Amino acid sequence: MAGRIDEAQVRHVAKLSRLELTDQEVAMFSTDLSAIVEYIEKLNELDTTGVEPLAHCLPIHNVFRPDEIKPSLDTEAALANAPQRHDEYFKVPKILDDGSGA
Amino acid sequence: MTMDEFTARQLRDEIAAGRLKSVDVVQSLFARIDRVEPVVGAYLSLFKNEALAAAEEVDRKVARGGAVGLLAGVPVAIKDNMCTQVGATTCASKILANFHSPYDAHVVERLKAADAVIVGKTNMDEFAMGSSTENSGLKQTVNPWDAARVPGGSSGGSAAATAARLCYAALGSDTGGSIRQPAAFCGVVGLKPTYGRVSRYGLVAYGSSLDQIGPLTVDVADAALMLGVIAGHDPRDSTSVDERTAPVCDYLARLDEPPAGLRIAIVPEFNAAADIDTRNAIDEALEVYRRQGVELIEVSMPNFQYAVAVYYVIATAEASSNLARYDGVHYGHRSAEACDLVEVYSKSRAEGFGDEVKRRIMLGTFALSSGYYDAYYLRALKVRNLIRGDFMSAFEKADCIVMPVSPTTAFKIGEKTADPLQMYMADIYTIAANLSGVPGISIPCGFDTRGLPIGLQIMTPAFTEEKLLRIGRMFEKHTEWHKRKPEA
Repeated sequence: MAGRIDEAQVRHVAKLSRLELTDQEVAMFSTDLSAIVEYIEKLNELDTTGVEPLAHCLPIHNVFRPDEIKPSLDTEAALANAPQRHDEYFKVPKILDDGSGA
Repeated sequence: MTMDEFTARQLRDEIAAGRLKSVDVVQSLFARIDRVEPVVGAYLSLFKNEALAAAEEVDRKVARGGAVGLLAGVPVAIKDNMCTQVGATTCASKILANFHSPYDAHVVERLKAADAVIVGKTNMDEFAMGSSTENSGLKQTVNPWDAARVPGGSSGGSAAATAARLCYAALGSDTGGSIRQPAAFCGVVGLKPTYGRVSRYGLVAYGSSLDQIGPLTVDVADAALMLGVIAGHDPRDSTSVDERTAPVCDYLARLDEPPAGLRIAIVPEFNAAADIDTRNAIDEALEVYRRQGVELIEVSMPNFQYAVAVYYVIATAEASSNLARYDGVHYGHRSAEACDLVEVYSKSRAEGFGDEVKRRIMLGTFALSSGYYDAYYLRALKVRNLIRGDFMSAFEKADCIVMPVSPTTAFKIGEKTADPLQMYMADIYTIAANLSGVPGISIPCGFDTRGLPIGLQIMTPAFTEEKLLRIGRMFEKHTEWHKRKPEA
């Protein structure tokens, strides 16, 4: 079936999305996403030759402001929702292997 | 007249004139909430103490004879995807269940400056992704007209709270119909303003090129009142439109004045596609306009039928990027099982997000991924332009377009949860306005044979909310549908 998203594709997309899935979820999302993508392929019925893509419906242009120092969120307020902190830092598990053989 | 029969506008005038005390209104409202809310389940959090304190402050201002705001003492509810310094801002998601915003959203600042009293935060589909509020990760909300049915979504809590008179007005957000569809299902007025009319600062982002905040109210005049309070430029949202481009006007000043020589565009096959009761109600509504001398013009919108397909590429692509911020590092849920940084991301997100949110993040990631971008995302953006073209050509022939809000009335809880695609079709009439940026309103226009409300949708060109509201008012003035209330 055209556009079908098989389980390997679900696993790939889940990895890109940083979502850990169970095998059961992989199967479920494969079925769901295949049906949705198949529906979306209805867009192929249209001839879009020469049509400009519309990312935004307002005539948006970049907005500039002077580069001035202004008051912002203080450290305590910014850290108030942190799952883990260490002094004035957000704390996370180590990112690089320290070579201790784990 | 009892307190809960007042519209927000009438209540404000009573309070401002000193004939009613806001504190008494708030006390009476919370007594009603204690009785009705356990059945409806519209709220995720309630701020009784803060509400009473704000009400006392308004009463003091009135007693001193000072000027009071446009919503003085009026209890309002806020969808839980708008940041408030008081209480949590959860988006009905487990990932944000304990998130306390350090700041107020722009619209919350505006409501406070207008002396409104904030009652609480309302339930919704998680991250505003859904059409029934069944995707809430925290709570079930029911339709006040029939507790076995959904209130619509994603602003289902705001619609149910307004319909059940658990607030006098509410704010919702609309990315593909999330204000208009629940308003229709619950029998209240719901207004999605033009994209850029209201600042999105402090609105948790879903589909940033589509999201817009708007009011849910008991009548059109209250929608006009609320829009006047929340509309306007805000430098913190670079897509909010400045006063020179589109000035905010007094939406109430000429509300009762029907626009001269009004022409309404209808698309006959759209009306024919709705269920029989909805079709009849729309036909009767058009007759109400015809009797007032309005000309009905049949138009064709050949690309409109592709709106759902376009939406589920664009909205999910934007969502996949917007929701990348929930990484378990700075705020929100962090998995206790994570051993390294990648697991902090992937396990926290797996535990924190519900199925529909995961589905949309993956769909959007797929549409943007290498090898598929042109086939899906770029094509959807082109069809989006074609859909906007349908609106532009219709607006060359008529002042507004009228159609149903939804093909059916409120469906049963659980009826569509097994089939995501079927759920997406509930928004077939509302999505195109978001893709095109134009404003749309849902107004009560009848009831089906089961006694469930039906909504009439009116859409006008960008930044013509003043006219849109006047067109809506023309209908409301000659009908009584908006005055019906659910029992209890």
